[in-house]
Amino acid sequence: MSELTIVALRLGFVLALWLFVIAVVIVLRGDLFGTTVVTRSSKDPRREQRPSAAGAPPTAGGGAARTDPAVTATTLVVTAGPLRGTSLTLGSTPILIGRAPECTLVLDDDYASNRHARVFQRDDEWVVEDLGSTNGTLVSGRRIEGSVPFRPGAQVRIGRTEIELRRGPR
Amino acid sequence: MATIVSYTARPRRITQALLLLAAVAIGVTAYALVWLGRFDELPPGLVEHAVGALVVAVVLQAVVMWRAPYADPVILPLVVLLNLLGIAVIASVDSARILYQDRSSAVADRQMLWAGLGVILCAALLVALRDHRWLRRYTWIAAVTGAVLLLTPLVPGLGSSRYGSKIWISIAGNSFQPAELAKICFAVFFAGYLVSRRDTLALAGPKVLGIRLPRWADFGPILVAWAFAMAVLVFETDLGTSIMFFGLFVAMLYVATDRLSWLVIGAVLFLPPAVIAATQMSHVRTRLTCWLDPLSSENFDRCGQINAGLFGLANGGITGAGLGEGRPNVVPFAESDFIFSALAEELGLVGAFALLLLYLLLVERAFRAAVGISDGFGTLLAAGLGFVIALQVFVVIGGVTRVIPLTGLTLPFLAAGGSSLVCNWIIAGILVRLSDAARRPAARQVPGAPSPAPAGGSPAEAIA
Repeated sequence: MSELTIVALRLGFVLALWLFVIAVVIVLRGDLFGTTVVTRSSKDPRREQRPSAAGAPPTAGGGAARTDPAVTATTLVVTAGPLRGTSLTLGSTPILIGRAPECTLVLDDDYASNRHARVFQRDDEWVVEDLGSTNGTLVSGRRIEGSVPFRPGAQVRIGRTEIELRRGPR
Repeated sequence: MATIVSYTARPRRITQALLLLAAVAIGVTAYALVWLGRFDELPPGLVEHAVGALVVAVVLQAVVMWRAPYADPVILPLVVLLNLLGIAVIASVDSARILYQDRSSAVADRQMLWAGLGVILCAALLVALRDHRWLRRYTWIAAVTGAVLLLTPLVPGLGSSRYGSKIWISIAGNSFQPAELAKICFAVFFAGYLVSRRDTLALAGPKVLGIRLPRWADFGPILVAWAFAMAVLVFETDLGTSIMFFGLFVAMLYVATDRLSWLVIGAVLFLPPAVIAATQMSHVRTRLTCWLDPLSSENFDRCGQINAGLFGLANGGITGAGLGEGRPNVVPFAESDFIFSALAEELGLVGAFALLLLYLLLVERAFRAAVGISDGFGTLLAAGLGFVIALQVFVVIGGVTRVIPLTGLTLPFLAAGGSSLVCNWIIAGILVRLSDAARRPAARQVPGAPSPAPAGGSPAEAIA
């Protein structure tokens, strides 16, 4: 084989190697997953559009998305505290919240107890129960004793963490 | 006011298939180019090599589609490409030896066999290990296994000493580096141990000079890990393995506790043994001299290997001598310890940077899996395995390019050596499993879940 062909192949090979690297980077660029928290100011409409622009169900079919069981699930989201932005999909199993590592939602919070509270399902509604925590569990600003219903939109405060129940697309 | 946006990862299996195909094509081309450059003819076993690589890609793709459908689409293509590039460079070293030194050398063929075994083990791991949390049950078994494996080279009659280090065992003529397998065991153990202890390690203890020191009771494990690293250093006289284990432990401790003090303590603890090694062990002292001043006339012969490697790098220049057109046979151990200088000679700075980027992307994907995974054990395991790959790349390439003193570690997936290659494939399998767990969407529909009223017509994603 001629010298020139081999030189061309050599350069082509290095080029192919770099194209592979670039292809991987392009794949990663389009490969976002997980949750992000966007601080939103009402004066910035661009940010407000971001959820729908970024692959969430289109706003035009918003009603359809909400009633479509495939994209709707009940989720528990953390709206304040160190874990802000975390969301959990609620299933039939109870969710244990606290500092102990075996909890479903492990809080890194000095004001929370090891086994602080539990969120579970009772008679088709969600219930939040305080497990005898030191600093208490607050539902909509009031400290609770035992278990109380956990309605969507209500703020539950545990230490520095606030959680909320809502229907969200996954 | 905050908006929480959830992005669900797509499986992206077709992307992975395409990338795997590209990796196989590039890797097989490299192998063919080596022979074209060296002998001006296509390699005799090119078709078998190409078919073998293709079978590997198909098997990996099928296993991932079957058992880890949400796995990261780029980990396996990166690993396959690194492995094939390694085989091509080793074939280049082999053929240069045959052509210029009239020596028979068939390291590349053996490396292909080991790669096949590694792929089989990786696929078997993906099939058998359905959930990475199963590994947590074996925390203490992994600790004992790792410790035993690490110390087996010291057993008389079993261990064998080579090139100043006693890190090999030989059974029936086959040598094996048990430290490679011990690495995986220790990563599992550290992850399982730290995830249950991180609170006390992170929060308790007095504060001195702005860094929080751990309590004495929490200091025990780090001292045990340190003592182990020291035992390896003193009795097996291998600085590389010792750095790898202690670095892995300190890095995972840092990820687990998020306390900078552990990094400081780790560095301080490692300083005295490093000084002792540098002053007391002759082969470490030689390496130190060769790091600082290899080219002076009194050191030139003693540092022949590193000098040959440096001349190889210089011969490569920016664009490289071309695959199969360098002289990697001049460098001793160009197929294992000095494979980076062989690769950089033939592919040049451009190719060497591409290689470093491949490693960077692999490590980044491991850390991304660590961030995305929901349980602490998985986070620590993925971060630890990613870190150990990064550390090995840094120590080896840093050693060859004289950034740090040369220590005997292997370049993951690239360097010739069965135990290293097979164990790195197992690590790749664990990383694929972890990335699958990180990206798998939670059960989308919950049967019997109540349907609460939508919150006041606000968009479903927004939280007032």
